[in-house]
Amino acid sequence: MLKPMDEAELSAAVRDADGPLWIEGGGTRGPGPMTNGTRLSTAGLSGITLYEPGALTLVARAGTPLAEVETTLAAENQRLAFEPMDHRVLLGTKGEPTIGGVVAANVSGPRRIQAGACRDSLIGVRFVDGRGDIVKNGGRVMKNVTGYDLVKLMAGSFGTLGVLSEVGFKVLPKTAVQATVVVGGLDVAAGIAVLSRALGSSFEVSGAAYRDGRAMLRIEGFANSVAYRAERLQGLLASFGAVTVNTEGVVQTWRDICNAAVFAGTDHDVWRISVKPGDGAAVAARLAGADLLFDWGGGLVWAGVAPGNDLRGRLAGIAGHATLVRAARDTHAALGTFHPEPAGVAALSAGLRAQFDPRGILNPGRMG
Amino acid sequence: MDMPTPNASIIARKAQIVALLQQVLPGGAVIHEPHETVAYECDALTAYRCPPLCAVLPTSTEEVAAVLRICHQQGVPVVPRGSGTSLAGGALPTADCVILGVARMNDVLETDYDNRFIRVQSGRTNLSVTGAVEEDGFFYAPDPSSQLACAIAGNIAMNSGGAHCLKYGVTTNNLLGVTMVLMDGTVVEIGGAYLDSGGLDLLGVICGSEGQLGVVTEATLRILRKPEGARPVLIGFDNNEVAGECVSDIIKAGVLPVAIEFMDRPCIRATEAFAHAGYPDCEALLIVEVEGSEAEIAEQLGVICDIARRHNPVELRESQSAEQSAAIWLGRKSAFGAMGQINDYMCLDGTIPVSALPLVLRRIGEMSKEYGLDVGNVFHAGDGNMHPLILYDANKPGDLEKCEAFGADILRLCVEVGGCLTGEHGVGIEKRDLMVDQYDPVDLEVQLRVKDVFDPNWLLNPAKVFPLASSESRRAA
Repeated sequence: MLKPMDEAELSAAVRDADGPLWIEGGGTRGPGPMTNGTRLSTAGLSGITLYEPGALTLVARAGTPLAEVETTLAAENQRLAFEPMDHRVLLGTKGEPTIGGVVAANVSGPRRIQAGACRDSLIGVRFVDGRGDIVKNGGRVMKNVTGYDLVKLMAGSFGTLGVLSEVGFKVLPKTAVQATVVVGGLDVAAGIAVLSRALGSSFEVSGAAYRDGRAMLRIEGFANSVAYRAERLQGLLASFGAVTVNTEGVVQTWRDICNAAVFAGTDHDVWRISVKPGDGAAVAARLAGADLLFDWGGGLVWAGVAPGNDLRGRLAGIAGHATLVRAARDTHAALGTFHPEPAGVAALSAGLRAQFDPRGILNPGRMG
Repeated sequence: MDMPTPNASIIARKAQIVALLQQVLPGGAVIHEPHETVAYECDALTAYRCPPLCAVLPTSTEEVAAVLRICHQQGVPVVPRGSGTSLAGGALPTADCVILGVARMNDVLETDYDNRFIRVQSGRTNLSVTGAVEEDGFFYAPDPSSQLACAIAGNIAMNSGGAHCLKYGVTTNNLLGVTMVLMDGTVVEIGGAYLDSGGLDLLGVICGSEGQLGVVTEATLRILRKPEGARPVLIGFDNNEVAGECVSDIIKAGVLPVAIEFMDRPCIRATEAFAHAGYPDCEALLIVEVEGSEAEIAEQLGVICDIARRHNPVELRESQSAEQSAAIWLGRKSAFGAMGQINDYMCLDGTIPVSALPLVLRRIGEMSKEYGLDVGNVFHAGDGNMHPLILYDANKPGDLEKCEAFGADILRLCVEVGGCLTGEHGVGIEKRDLMVDQYDPVDLEVQLRVKDVFDPNWLLNPAKVFPLASSESRRAA
């Protein structure tokens, strides 16, 4: 295993590679698709390099444990707005998630509907491309349109365009109080209608999920404001059924939704389906029998299905895409982890990979 | 400002090219008479002008594709144009180019409140996107100050921001999908009415690519419910440094204002003389706006005013009514007009880390004396995006050049303190030659390679963004 201790060593490791490299942050998202090549760990590139709470800015080396970033932010009453998922819960993996791994997979949680995805908080990257060149893009300021936005491109590129060495974020204040507004006894269509109604209000919902007949809405902020918005949402949603407001256990409820914890320890393959929220009910109808958890107002559907089954065919005609998150390696290989792209888009993606990594050595096969 | 030498053989073939374009477009959609093409000779960076070979005004994605196929076959450069409000020269033509204007493509294609998006043709103006949904209580968040005129196509090309992006983000954070035509006429759909796209984030790199990767013809945009209300507080300080500390303390307190605007003394004086907004005569002025219900607004303003008082403001004026809010915003919104009353001005757009504010303002003041040109600063303080306005006299020989040199020095200073050349206006031609101050050659090379993928022949807006020397071999190929 290669474990460069700084950017220059990382550059040399990539430049000198004579075969595929398998890039690993904390290793908490495996086992995914076929792993081959020499392991390249970013763990040696660790540490927060800049944190200015008054400017809402944090920069860290890619191998920095996510927990270290979150603890540092919490000490100043701030946080990563996009609420990254912890894959260890769903996948039963060990290890420490790294901030670079979070970026490489563009990992975002329930607050994505309000505060954006990881890519929206990301303001700067440094990486080593497949040629071994050290490249920077963006920086440490939150408004920056200087040249092409490779920051977004690197987020969610799963190491196939370059090995991240440093990532910078816009962070946000932590909120003082949170509550969950719950409407029970709803079928999927009614549940998603509740979520849509709430998300279409001005009451700044920061989480909108549906599971087991319950539509759940999170509100966060100063105490008086949370109380006010909870009350207004109760009024807004009264026609759908009995509305309750929970102020206990709110953090755990949303952590479980974030981590798709309901699937932990089950035998199911787990898929992550991104659709228009209003198509959530159609997805449920097509996937009858599957175990479902709806997040993002219905636009993110977690589906637990019997192992080895491709559910993409059953979703034909519904715009969006389905990604295989938890399955046996053979299933990843047979079905493909990512949704196939239309030819024009696939050609652009392949063209970018060929430019960033002309030898095809960075996580080959990771994105299909 | 250098532009590439126009290709004489293209200019010689003008009649043929115009005829080809006329075959695929409705009558009147190809503008080629010299007295008409002059209307497209510049954008809002009016110091530079050059009429194009011709301009085309297609009405659909199919027509855009047909135009691009012809230009691709003929090897003719294409400069896409939204409403022509770029302050960076993003839509500046060359004599051998076709201007592809999307002004006739301004339909709303779909409005969906349950799923909170709107799909529009890209020529639609920013404000009219909000206009299409505001009766139902919704709005489109990015609000560049040119929003009455600027087109969504240009917003996407420049990744435009606005005064409210501290809370709502910029264009890229509110863009869900595009229909885009590549230079060879291929139509691609990227993203859609769902939040995450699979595969590489092409949408992320298309947004802000200054019309160099493709022509966006349709866009799916996120819309939001309007807040119940909004109210500002005006805070005056006798010291820039203290004003900067106040901003930092407000942010650290956990309040997220929708806007934090900053004006310095030269700007305050100019706007006061022009708009009579009743601003105090002080060194630095903050306008902080928060949103929510009446009670929520009162709570947040209470926190902000407590913080402000700890910094001994010379003025603290909390708006109590819509009229008072309008009065507080009046001066800020008149700032550019006020500076324009005094003289010609150049508006810069660098971003700095908020902590560097006092240093940067001091250095700008010193440079102002060295250059003998006055400058006022308007600043989105929450996100570090500053707009120094340098005053000069366009009729005075050498003044523009002096102003440009001063501007370049300010932008280099922004980079030196950890910021960037442009926060929301884009590079265009204006900051093209400064890119080497922000990026190493390898950083630029990787960006050039991205364009190679989307536009291998370098025909789309080719003379922008990158220093001409760095793109020359590709443009010549």
